[in-house]
Amino acid sequence: MNYFPDEVVEHVFDFITSHKDRNSVSLVCKSWYKIERYSRQRVFIGNCYSITPQRLIARFPGLKSLTLKGKPHFADFNLVPHDWGGFVDPWIKALAKSRIGLEELRLKRMVVSDDSLELLSKSFPNFKSLVLVSCEGFTTDGVAAIAANCRFLRELDLQENEVEDHRGHWLSCFPESCTSLVSLNFACLKGEINLASLERLVARSPNLKSLRLNRVVPLDTLQKLLMRAPQLVDLGIGSYVDDPSSEVFSKLKAVIQLCNSIRSLSGFLEVAPCCMSAIYPICENLTFLNLSYAPGLQGNDLTKLVQHCRKLQRLWILDCIGDKGLGVVASTCKELQELRVFPSDPFDAGNAAVTEEGLVLISAGCPKLNSLLYFCHQMTNAALITVAKNCTNFIRFRLCILDPVKADPVTNQPLDEGFGAIVRSNKSLKRLSLSGLLTDQVFLYIGMYAKKLEMLSIAFAGDSNKGMLYVLNGCKKLRKLEIRDCPFGDVALLEDMGKYETMRSLWMSSCEVTLGACKILAKKMSSLNVEIINESEQLEFSLDDRLLVDKMYLYRTLVGHRKDKPEYVLLL
Amino acid sequence: MGKEGLGLEITELRLGLPGADSDSSHRCNVMIDKNEKKRAFSEISEDDVEEGNRKKTTIKNQVVGWPPVCSYWKKNSFSDKDGSVKASKMYVKVCMDGAPFLRKIDLGMHEGYPHLAKALEKLFGEALRNAESCEFVPIYEDKDGDWMLVGDVPWEMFMESCKRLRIMKRADAKGFGVLTSKEALY
Repeated sequence: MNYFPDEVVEHVFDFITSHKDRNSVSLVCKSWYKIERYSRQRVFIGNCYSITPQRLIARFPGLKSLTLKGKPHFADFNLVPHDWGGFVDPWIKALAKSRIGLEELRLKRMVVSDDSLELLSKSFPNFKSLVLVSCEGFTTDGVAAIAANCRFLRELDLQENEVEDHRGHWLSCFPESCTSLVSLNFACLKGEINLASLERLVARSPNLKSLRLNRVVPLDTLQKLLMRAPQLVDLGIGSYVDDPSSEVFSKLKAVIQLCNSIRSLSGFLEVAPCCMSAIYPICENLTFLNLSYAPGLQGNDLTKLVQHCRKLQRLWILDCIGDKGLGVVASTCKELQELRVFPSDPFDAGNAAVTEEGLVLISAGCPKLNSLLYFCHQMTNAALITVAKNCTNFIRFRLCILDPVKADPVTNQPLDEGFGAIVRSNKSLKRLSLSGLLTDQVFLYIGMYAKKLEMLSIAFAGDSNKGMLYVLNGCKKLRKLEIRDCPFGDVALLEDMGKYETMRSLWMSSCEVTLGACKILAKKMSSLNVEIINESEQLEFSLDDRLLVDKMYLYRTLVGHRKDKPEYVLLL
Repeated sequence: MGKEGLGLEITELRLGLPGADSDSSHRCNVMIDKNEKKRAFSEISEDDVEEGNRKKTTIKNQVVGWPPVCSYWKKNSFSDKDGSVKASKMYVKVCMDGAPFLRKIDLGMHEGYPHLAKALEKLFGEALRNAESCEFVPIYEDKDGDWMLVGDVPWEMFMESCKRLRIMKRADAKGFGVLTSKEALY
């Protein structure tokens, strides 16, 4: 089958970098499988329980970069109990024992311990990059170990982790010989750091391109850091509070003018709005602006800032910008591709900050929009239909109406037609989240039109099993389906059991699925793990098959039941 | 803003925690107390309700996991509204001319100058009542060691820079060397 020697084929494979493509390549024939596996350096595992570290190591001896995801997405919203799983420790232990020369580890929603981090830091001499997103279980002691022991560390990126802060000296653990840092993000750490150490670290890191500070780093330190690192491309500001007439502030204004490589700006964890004007000179060149952690900025401040950001491609902002402010975004940011509007007051529907109007303005003004996350107080079918006319490039469309069963306030109709229009006109849609009053009809539309859909999130929607069936039958590319509080039950669950082998996972909570149906599914499909999470007092798991299951999480796996499940999880 | 001098709502000066006042003869303060207590209690009882009724009671406020904002973001993006505890407490000493001992106050617990003024009134009402001169000026020592008049700068900036507070008799203020925020720069 091979016309070329293996080395030539391998060289060709070097140009194939996407995971999907490499996976496809490995399926062509035995010879290609073999060549591919020896040459593969980057592996992505979307569910850490789908395979074991031993099998990973056996298949890919040349592994350098590993990405692992643990808990299901709904864990972000407290729907998955503590210590459900997703422990990285067995992975690091197994890799440490092997001959794998790990250089990069990226984890999402996993439980990471200080011991794991220490083992990681000591086992891989060429380790370069650690990215932890939405993880938990570690303290700054673990971070200190990474800083101290990874001699060639390029990237330490901590995003939105729950880290117990021992107010350490973790930053001072970077040895003087460490000059390789390219990216340092510790915005999620809460505690004090040694500011002088930080300045010295930045001073000896000529390759530093990305720096995201936590809220204890004050403005005068920021000014000193920028003096040392005017080459920064990505900046996350910690505390941004000072007297605008102070000398420090003038120095900051001056040095910011020199930082003309900054393309991405975030943070402002503490902010005095009167200081924002210093930022305007760099706004011209920004492509990414994230103000979702800056509740200190009012609508006017946000609007004034955004007016300077003509080249913006991604904007994450709080809804206090208001519909009018979104109008300003629409007329200023013609390159906008991604917009995320977060609720500044998620539990108070009284203060309607953004509505369907803002979204319509954006859709009219930003032709390149392809990714949306929009929290709002209300939405209408008419607005969604208009958005669908204006924007046909959506890859991600996530709409969250804060009252999850709210109808169209103008017509009192469900939002089926609106979402139907969205899926009909956006043929490339890969991810969709629904909200508002919805019947089975919307699922009919989704099954009919959302042919490229890979991930669907549903809450408080639908009337009957038909809804779920439309989706399972119609969305051929579906990989992740997560459902809560919908009237979908056994009939829908069991109709096409083989479908779940083509998907990564299915989550159903507070639906109408019975224990009996889950058992049937588990029995029939040995390639699936069907987990029942029951936190109520029924820890004995009464064997009544008619019991409605509180939370069910099923996922395909090559390695059967996991050994680390907590007591409240029943593996069928 | 507090720079006009404190009002003279009188409360017993007690050794108890601020807000523990049960003196009913001063409606205004009792109302404040009641509101604060009510707020505290309502936070507690809301929690209880959530624990007890994990399923849907009313969808709006009490459904677990709705709206779908990441719990990390929820904890870290809101300042005072949901009553969450700030990461660092900002206790500063407060002294008052003529009062026998100092108090401590957590600046982080207050949303702005009016709140702070009310809290100071509660702490020092007795001394205020007994003072001969009726006018007081709240001043604070900032990071540079200068004594500044409370109320000039934005609240957040004040919180950052205030190291301690003093309630000074207005008569003593002249010639004391209290600077306005602009003067402090020279």
